[in-house]
Amino acid sequence: MSDDKFRVSRRDMLRGAGVAAALGALAPGARAEPPGKGANGLTRVGPGATRIELSINGKAHLLEVEPRVTLLDALRDRLELTGSKRVCDRGACGACTVHLDGRPVNSCTMLAIDAEGCKVRTIEGLEGPDGLHPVQAAFLKHDALQCGFCTPGMVMSCAALVETVKSPTDAQIRRAVSGNLCRCGTYGHVFAACKEAAR
Amino acid sequence: MSELRLGFPGNEKRVDAPDVKDSPAPWDLATDLAVVGKAHPRLDGALKVTGRAKYSYDIRFPGMIYAKMLRSPHASAIVRKLDISKAKALPGVVYSEGAAGARIRHAGQEVCGLAAESEEILDDALALVEVEYEVLDHAATLDMAMAEGAAKVLDDGPNVRGGRAPGNLEAVAKAHAEADVVVAQEYRTQVQTHSCLETHGCVCKWEGGKLTVWASTQATFAIQSSMAQALRIPAADILVITEHMGGGFGSKFGISSWDAFCARAARETKRPCRLMLDRREEHLVAGNRPDSIQRCKFSAKRDGTLCGAAVEAFGTAGNGGGAGVFNPGIYAFKAASQSASDVLTHAGGARAFRAPSHPQGVFALEGMMDELADAIGMDPLAFRKRNDRHPVRLAQYDVGAKEIGWERRVKSGSAKGPVKRGLGMASTRWGHNARPGDAVNCRIGRDGSVLFSNGSQDIGTGTRTVIAVIGAEELGLPVARVSVRLGHTSDPYGHGSGGSVTAPSIAPVVRHAAWLAKRELLANVAAADGGDAGKMDLRGGKVTGASRDLTFEQACAMMTKDAIEAQGQGRAEFFGLPRFSGEVAGVQFAEVEVDTEMGAVRVVKVVAVQDCGLVVDPLLARSQISGGVIQGISYALFEDRILDRATGNMVNPNLLDYKVLGAADMPEIVSIAFSVANGISPTGVSSLGEPPTVPTAGAIGNAVANAIGARVRSLPITPDKVLAALGVLS
Repeated sequence: MSDDKFRVSRRDMLRGAGVAAALGALAPGARAEPPGKGANGLTRVGPGATRIELSINGKAHLLEVEPRVTLLDALRDRLELTGSKRVCDRGACGACTVHLDGRPVNSCTMLAIDAEGCKVRTIEGLEGPDGLHPVQAAFLKHDALQCGFCTPGMVMSCAALVETVKSPTDAQIRRAVSGNLCRCGTYGHVFAACKEAAR
Repeated sequence: MSELRLGFPGNEKRVDAPDVKDSPAPWDLATDLAVVGKAHPRLDGALKVTGRAKYSYDIRFPGMIYAKMLRSPHASAIVRKLDISKAKALPGVVYSEGAAGARIRHAGQEVCGLAAESEEILDDALALVEVEYEVLDHAATLDMAMAEGAAKVLDDGPNVRGGRAPGNLEAVAKAHAEADVVVAQEYRTQVQTHSCLETHGCVCKWEGGKLTVWASTQATFAIQSSMAQALRIPAADILVITEHMGGGFGSKFGISSWDAFCARAARETKRPCRLMLDRREEHLVAGNRPDSIQRCKFSAKRDGTLCGAAVEAFGTAGNGGGAGVFNPGIYAFKAASQSASDVLTHAGGARAFRAPSHPQGVFALEGMMDELADAIGMDPLAFRKRNDRHPVRLAQYDVGAKEIGWERRVKSGSAKGPVKRGLGMASTRWGHNARPGDAVNCRIGRDGSVLFSNGSQDIGTGTRTVIAVIGAEELGLPVARVSVRLGHTSDPYGHGSGGSVTAPSIAPVVRHAAWLAKRELLANVAAADGGDAGKMDLRGGKVTGASRDLTFEQACAMMTKDAIEAQGQGRAEFFGLPRFSGEVAGVQFAEVEVDTEMGAVRVVKVVAVQDCGLVVDPLLARSQISGGVIQGISYALFEDRILDRATGNMVNPNLLDYKVLGAADMPEIVSIAFSVANGISPTGVSSLGEPPTVPTAGAIGNAVANAIGARVRSLPITPDKVLAALGVLS
């Protein structure tokens, strides 16, 4: 992680820390202020586009994004990786779940510039050389999907669990997908699929 | 005439069915099916689990622009001034529409529309629009709109508008007079939003005066015809594509105003345009299930005979009508009546929602059934069995009771300790909604490839897979050998997915298309190889009844042209076969745990026994059943569109505060697909999408009352209402 830039995640903004400074930098009228050293000695980026390098599914991608662009929107709109879905856009539903250094995160509640220096894995990067990831195969077998819009996020949450915990308990499986909403009602089959994939 | 064996093991009847010309013999209990009824993973499953499935929200083009509507923050107002000039001056803003003068009748109503080169610019531009509203009094909620002196929603009449007039009042009064007990209670249900995970919207792209629309819809042909009407261009110049869609539940039929705006923005700028609602808009303007007040008066005799039922219902569909409830019904009342009124409010309009009018009506109906059973001291299950005439449900009661362990049910309120368990049950019904009019093409290539195509959509129920399974059965092939293309209106017509019509309507047409193609193929075989085509069939990947062993591929190689194509059509006579029962039947049993100190309700287990007609694929059937139950639990305990009475704004227009059931709330669900040879059509496939969500809230409401000995007659059953019912809170 390079920590020489002044960065604010959307979650930090919601918490209220540094809200005034962050909002000032993001407001449309504040474009006049050029990037440079802030009072605290950190590099200020934005509000215009800034160049970043993201490591996604093992490949490096150079892109120019405004600091306010979320990782999700960068993936979907700039890199055509549309498997991660935008549903609630505030970290309530998990449809945008990706792995950040192996950890499942909501890509809608983090900024693309904050993903620099991390290894991002999306649903598009889950398949191995032999085909479907065990979680994906188990989802098919148990019909753990209907309309399929929550499915990439569900799969990513389950994959993070089975790759880090050997033989997870039912409670661990539930907790792993407790941030993933499904409107069609596939939860029971998701639990069964995750359990089978973890074997 | 041919004899059909209909029903289910234990209740079979033989009926004479008229022969339908040019049609395969109907499947019934005696038919040995090789593919149908086996577990087949859904055809589009691999695309969906890998993220490769492209939904409308995922469609991207170089140079694509983004569109969005500015929406009123006021529930009732007049737009006095509208100044878009600053927004239009922002670099990257490419299109706008809007004028002052609009009368606003709900928070979230559109004021103007903008399109820009990126979503970020669009957000900036929307903030630069200047609007001056004259804010007027509003009546956003049902109670506000019914109150004396309420602000009028429409100028041309009162807010409370009589829908259906009550009938049969005298007969009901007579039935009440003959009864031993009469119970009168008021039940209420809330407004529920569809909360489709993929929001409403589309991507529009013009080429040479023709429009392609990638729409998130459950009715591709309705999008085509309504867009044609809105733009005043021929429907033939519009192609609608919906390969995958992220949930509709009744809210995604024809276009909405914003879709037409998107098409105009694309046309005027000559650039592809995307407009997908954000989550807040989805709650405000994309439909909802109306709420209800149901004043019920039901009666029965001490021996358990139902007498009369009268229901006076009010509900709000927002600015529109159609807020009825399905209550009374299901059971054999001697006399029943209902009056239903629509109440106009300054709130977003309703749209059809999975089993419209049913979950709300059945919550009250089944609550009243339990209240009557309590009043005469009869077991609620025995009471229902005594008053139910449906041959399928009468069998399902015993299956469900055994699975939940109904004998464990104690007298209401007698459970010990602060955390009490209770059992409850409720029933469901739906129509066998199979409709003529679909068309399906079946093309068999000389190389043995098979493609079924239809222009309708798969809304997550598994229509693609249903088509493949039915087609594979008729062609004697494994499912993996069959391809299906759905969701392009350039293909043959298919109904919108509403009323659970899709599978029952399309299945016999798929079968017919396959049967016609098969006959032509076998005629080619007979011409090339000798033998009697009329005695040949396709089974297990081979031609049976031929003069020698022939595989399907060898038969296809004998084709006299490159491909055989046949179109199956949903002729009316395909749907005129005798029926085993008049309605789809189902029962559900719920076990709950209620914390009487905190008021929290936890659903422990739900058993759903659902009449599925012919089970095409048990994996899909089970998903439909448990999915319906889950939506039903969510409706019973959590979901509620809450409007601020002061401003008429929704206070929870997101997925954090509008609570939808999540993994942590999941009970054990036992989904029992109850297969019934129903007749109906040559396949016997019936309606399954909607009925499983109907009785869940009723069963949970009854289980809560059984646990705590007090009844919550209002949805959702939240802790405050439980504590109030217990007398802990007032």
